[in-house]
Amino acid sequence: MKARTRVGPLAAAPDPAPHQAPRLDVDALLDDRRTGIIVCCGSGGVGKTTTSAALALRAAERGRRVVVLTIDPARRLAQSMGIEALDNTPRPVQGMQPPAGSTTDEAPRLDAMMLDMKRTFDEVVESQASPEKARQILENPFYIALSSSFAGTQEYMAMEKLGQIHAQAQADGSYDLIVVDTPPSRSALDFLDAPERLSSFLDGRLIRILLAPAKGPARLMSAGVGLITGAITKVVGAQFLRDVQTFVAAFDTLFGGFRQRAQKTYELLQADGTAFLVVAAPEPDALREAAYFVDRLGEDGMPLAGLVVNRATPPPAGTLSADEAMAGSARLRAEDPDSLTAGLLRLHADQVRIVEREELLRERFAAANPEVPTAVVPALAGDVHDLAGLRRIGELLAKG
Amino acid sequence: MVASRTPDWSRVRLHVVTGKGGTGKSTVAAALALELAARGGRVLLCEVEGRQGIARMFDVDPLPYVERRIATGRRRDDHPPGSVHALHIQPEAALLEYLSMYYKLGRAGRALDRFGVVEFATTIAPGVRDVLLTGKLFEAVQRNSRNKGAIEYDAVVLDAPPTGRITQFLNVSGELAGLAKVGPVRNQADTMMTLFRSPRTAVHLVTVLEEMPVQETVDAIGELEAARLPVGAVVVNQVRPRDIAPADLRAALDGTLDAARISRDLAVAGVHDGPELVTGLVTEARDHAERRALEDAQRAVVAGLGRPTFELPRLPGGVDLGGLYDLAGILAEEGLR
Repeated sequence: MKARTRVGPLAAAPDPAPHQAPRLDVDALLDDRRTGIIVCCGSGGVGKTTTSAALALRAAERGRRVVVLTIDPARRLAQSMGIEALDNTPRPVQGMQPPAGSTTDEAPRLDAMMLDMKRTFDEVVESQASPEKARQILENPFYIALSSSFAGTQEYMAMEKLGQIHAQAQADGSYDLIVVDTPPSRSALDFLDAPERLSSFLDGRLIRILLAPAKGPARLMSAGVGLITGAITKVVGAQFLRDVQTFVAAFDTLFGGFRQRAQKTYELLQADGTAFLVVAAPEPDALREAAYFVDRLGEDGMPLAGLVVNRATPPPAGTLSADEAMAGSARLRAEDPDSLTAGLLRLHADQVRIVEREELLRERFAAANPEVPTAVVPALAGDVHDLAGLRRIGELLAKG
Repeated sequence: MVASRTPDWSRVRLHVVTGKGGTGKSTVAAALALELAARGGRVLLCEVEGRQGIARMFDVDPLPYVERRIATGRRRDDHPPGSVHALHIQPEAALLEYLSMYYKLGRAGRALDRFGVVEFATTIAPGVRDVLLTGKLFEAVQRNSRNKGAIEYDAVVLDAPPTGRITQFLNVSGELAGLAKVGPVRNQADTMMTLFRSPRTAVHLVTVLEEMPVQETVDAIGELEAARLPVGAVVVNQVRPRDIAPADLRAALDGTLDAARISRDLAVAGVHDGPELVTGLVTEARDHAERRALEDAQRAVVAGLGRPTFELPRLPGGVDLGGLYDLAGILAEEGLR
């Protein structure tokens, strides 16, 4: 695994206890001007979108010029950031305030946008093809399905949009930090694989076969081809095959461009200015997925900045164990079934057990991945749906 | 907490369990399978997302693409239990099985794999992956003579994709619309929709009492109804204990809990942990009261949906196999029939 030493002084605690992860210094990461892209990834339901938005807001208030690219924010969060209109263009977030204690009256600026995957795909086609050819492609039934419902399109287009915004920021200096949320994929890794998968299909052997009738003497192809097209026709019908063939024929000249773009985005993700944050909840499934992700990022040479564990249960006060608390609760309840103190002791016991379980899970993760800096964000009582809530999460992230 | 309008699911053959990520839908699907098997008979528990969650929950080896008996149903006093079987549906294997079952495409099937058609169909072709997964599910519910010697199940439980994708996943005809307008795949998709839209199917939604998951549940019910897919129950998971009286909760919020009384109670109970325990308990009480208030608000939203509702408690030690049986028992107590 490639330890992240290139961007930011992510100092580990001087002498961490065994299996205790080094602390992730979020502010150092945000303040480091070399950090140009932060990608938040992890399994569904762990708070990726909120983490992305909170990081972006904190970075903006610390003086960075930031845009946050979100995929599917909760409605009220989107409303509060003013990105309900899905127009695929970054818009300034309203209601930004000068940070407390700052010397200037000037409010920081944060832009946000929500991804429109079909529109992004259409725009790439339009930018790559002649108007007439673009129209042909955009009207093809196979393309319409591919661009609006293919399980990997969202991932692919999120990365495509990142590439676009990055290129624009390089050209006009509009942003010096891009924070990206990743789609709630079937597998958290889809966004790394989707561009490659799609472009290798568009470029691959199957496509050559499908194109064979249109491109030269079919009899020169192997006998397998007839077998294949025959089988496909039999199962999905001739119309489907014709749609795919028309699409592929029209798309043929665009393959190179698409592949090149996918390759460039992949390189951008590997570059020094990129930082991946793996987001998880203190649950076995989410942490297993996070470990898998850490592994995969290392394998692909992607720069990992650290792990964010959201929604951690805060440790209870005192040293009373769960068993003692339950025993006390039972004794009180024997006297008075409605005893308040009995109820409180039970809650205490639950909390001790949950905290112990979560700590054990984190320790196991740290034992297997001792070099991954970690920030732990305690669970808030309510949902986050305004800038004040995001600011609060940002503070907790920085405290780690 | 007894379910409102206890449903009769004795005719339901296919239980689809969905929920937002992190709500515990796999746990609920497993508990439901154990409870359905408590009345005898055989229940098949399926997963489609390649996570091997069933194998982990039941502590068995990773599941191949083969139906395998994994557990005994929950034991009741009045009835010998049946069995729970499991199947991990993989789209690649489902495609090859489908081709050999319906088209006798032995050799061509292998050629398809070699030329990347299988990868294309299972990962790239829009909608095809879902059709393959739901197709196998359909076959398991409605066994026919092509699958010789296969077990006939009394019920099939699906650990389904998350709420955000569930309607698209089940609405196979819709997904294929505009693509395969005719042909055998199209006809099969239409036959599958007939089952999915019938009273023999029920789509259950798992949520926790937080704003975002409840909102997703509300949205998903709307989408399922619009697609004429039958909505079953709402299962509220990971519910906090509710044994503190409303007046005490209010006092906890106002900061007027009687610390002296708690201190006296602790002495009576023989709990000695110093004064910070009392302060700690009061702080924990306040935090709990805040969350309870939010939970109650969301509970009202769930009640407003007018669906049969089950509530499962939060298990502080995490969910293990024993916990699954406990949750199955609670589903029964709350009136699952």
